[in-house]
Amino acid sequence: MSDIHLQIDGKEVHVTEGMTVLEAAQQARIAIPTLCYHETLEPYGGCRLCIVEVEVNGWSRLVVSCVYPAAAGLIVRTRSAQIDRIRKTLLEMLLAHAPDSPVLQELAAEYGAQRDRFAQEASFCIHCGLCVRYCAEVKQAHAVGFIDRGIRKEISFIPEIAARECHDCKECFPLCPTSYVQAAYVLVEALVALR
Amino acid sequence: MPRLSTVEELTEFRQELVATREANRPCVAICAGAGCLASGASEVIAAFKAELAAQGLEAEIDTRGTGCPGFCERGPVVVLHPEGICYLQVKPDDVPEIVAQSLKGSKVVERLLYADPATGERAIHESDIPFYQHQERTLLSSNILIDSRSIDDYLAIGGYTALVKALFEMGPEAVLEEVKQSTLRGRGGAGFPAGRKWEGSRNAPDTPRYVLVNADEGDPGAFMDRALLEGNPHAVLEGLMIGGFTIGAQEGYIYVRQEYPLAVKNVLHAITQAEAYGLLGQDILGSGFDFTIKVHKGAGAFVCGESTALMTALEGRVGEPRPKYVRSNIKGLWGKPTVLNNVETWANVPHIVNRGADWFTRTGTEHSKGTKIFSLVGKIRNTGLVEVPMGMPLQDIIYDIGGGIPGGKKFKAVQTGGPSGGCLPEEMLHLEVGFDELTAAGSMMGSGGMIVMDEDNCMVDVARYFINFLTEESCGKCLPCREGLRQMHRILTRICEGNGRAGDIDTLEELSEVLTEASLCGLGQSAANPFISTLRYFRAEYEAHIEQKRCPALACKGLISYWIDPEKCKACLICMKRCPSQGIEGGKKQIHVIDQEKCDRCGVCFEVCPEKFSAVVKLSGEPVPESLPMAERTLVRGSGK
Repeated sequence: MSDIHLQIDGKEVHVTEGMTVLEAAQQARIAIPTLCYHETLEPYGGCRLCIVEVEVNGWSRLVVSCVYPAAAGLIVRTRSAQIDRIRKTLLEMLLAHAPDSPVLQELAAEYGAQRDRFAQEASFCIHCGLCVRYCAEVKQAHAVGFIDRGIRKEISFIPEIAARECHDCKECFPLCPTSYVQAAYVLVEALVALR
Repeated sequence: MPRLSTVEELTEFRQELVATREANRPCVAICAGAGCLASGASEVIAAFKAELAAQGLEAEIDTRGTGCPGFCERGPVVVLHPEGICYLQVKPDDVPEIVAQSLKGSKVVERLLYADPATGERAIHESDIPFYQHQERTLLSSNILIDSRSIDDYLAIGGYTALVKALFEMGPEAVLEEVKQSTLRGRGGAGFPAGRKWEGSRNAPDTPRYVLVNADEGDPGAFMDRALLEGNPHAVLEGLMIGGFTIGAQEGYIYVRQEYPLAVKNVLHAITQAEAYGLLGQDILGSGFDFTIKVHKGAGAFVCGESTALMTALEGRVGEPRPKYVRSNIKGLWGKPTVLNNVETWANVPHIVNRGADWFTRTGTEHSKGTKIFSLVGKIRNTGLVEVPMGMPLQDIIYDIGGGIPGGKKFKAVQTGGPSGGCLPEEMLHLEVGFDELTAAGSMMGSGGMIVMDEDNCMVDVARYFINFLTEESCGKCLPCREGLRQMHRILTRICEGNGRAGDIDTLEELSEVLTEASLCGLGQSAANPFISTLRYFRAEYEAHIEQKRCPALACKGLISYWIDPEKCKACLICMKRCPSQGIEGGKKQIHVIDQEKCDRCGVCFEVCPEKFSAVVKLSGEPVPESLPMAERTLVRGSGK
């Protein structure tokens, strides 16, 4: 693996090949906001909050840093009026679902996102997929998964697996940015107990 | 059934086929495409077989169910070979007359011929009908010539000669060069040059490599790929095999939507035939080239037409897109080099190999060569599939081929490119169709959907409709698409319902930016187009809805009222009886009045009021006039009231 030199927010960064732009930034202690990223999991590219501008051969475009490979000579900008505007709107759309999430509130303060710009529709889950992916990739238990699609997509514990796997694990709980996974688990636990 | 193991055997077999088929042997070709089948083509085919048998003609005259020639509006379509007499909207009852007049005799059945709507003049041959006259049908013209389920028919018209040429005369490098020279661009939507895509895969060091057919045609109102796959499946197989040979792939997959049962059936049948003939499998025709094709039926997600979602679904996982900063032709199916092209792109390949890049580039605009099939639907006289040279102006497609707008209505917009395409207004009708031309105008080529709209279509409602479609079809993986579409749909719905607010347009524009710039895949990145393009060309309609609570097209239910003009009402009781909400007061000789409280704006009264009265009026943005007092509602004959 060879060394790569790139520039992030004017700072020269040296990383190894195969790293993503997000990992390169983290190594250089440049903060990029994320919601669906976790260092032990495969990059997912779902929340899009880590969007940055990259310039290659004079051409700039917006890319998602958690999945974009770091490449030699790349010029990366992690903040701009457009990036901030997009992040603000993304956060506002999530705040409609989970207005009291501390993680979201913290980011909202940073980007000036309004809590009530979009009609409140408290469903709590923000579809970052951390619980689902952690359970699948790290625990290989597949006790929680996504069901349905689009605006009807939600997480769901599979009762048969959850009854067997979850009680002594619960490692996904602290990963959830809105604590919704705990609620979903309690619900399925109650349902299993009823049977 | 022959198993052909050398080129010589194939050539010999083809010669035998052609020799046993007299060129002038009479044949009744009946379109057996999905559109004509829905209009009763099976019954017509059965009627021809029965009638020919009854008349003792079955040995002399063939009956053939063919692929779709495109004129779906007038199906079932019947063509009599060799004369080429074209009968439209044929019913089983017409069959004895056709057999007696045109097959036993040599007269034409006038009433079944195409009649010019303006002059009433009849056209006997397919080629005389304006719908066909202005087309250039490279891909579709074979459809009516062959039985979709007969490999012999395909071989008899020169099928698989391109494969032979590629395998034995050209070799992969020359084929690749030819396809690159042709500048063939992907017909599935993005318009990426096929040759460059192929080259990337061919040069990728990783193996095995794959070639895929995207037959997950899901755009509302689009059926180009269906017609090709149903009508001439071997052409697609041949193209795919040439592609596989060129990039060094030995496996091909056809990802076809389950909602196309006939296409699935015909293509599976074609694969079985090609395998039996030795045109698929090990050591094809002794060339040393091994190739197999498998069919994968999609499970009904629109997003699986997106390249990475399609590959994820093929791998047996949930059909969600994945980030592709490394192109699929380098790292695609199972992480291997994969060329994915759509049905129409593959169907072009045998023609390019046979006739050469120079022939192909003779047609088209500077950057879009060849022909393109469009499915012409909506408010148009001649609904159907049309294949035209790239560069044909939109107005020629809509008026010369499509026959214009029916019912004396005024053209308003044409929506091209599928749900995430755009709507182009009258002033853009001069636009020449091509990938870059359509994109520059704010729409796109997409896979070739073309929906014509007239003055009765509200463009805000059209945007709402397509955004709703995309909201339903978003996979929900990435936030901008899932939540952005949810919010856009909500705002557009509220505008159509008369609850639009100041600032809504700005919010929609901001959401559009987030969708376009931040979405994971092509679906989300283009999903705001229905809004962006209608705003660009029809901003006044948005403003009328929001500021004046008025729908200029009189289409949005929440913004219109129905009112009966007392001067015109003849108290005929029709609307009263038909109103599902029992919301019309009146009686015999009592002028009818709509109770606005009860009215749910279904429009039945408007539809059923006899045209000579036209007493029911749609209003928008203005108050409904006071109803007549009871005492004045009695209709006095001759008084004009």
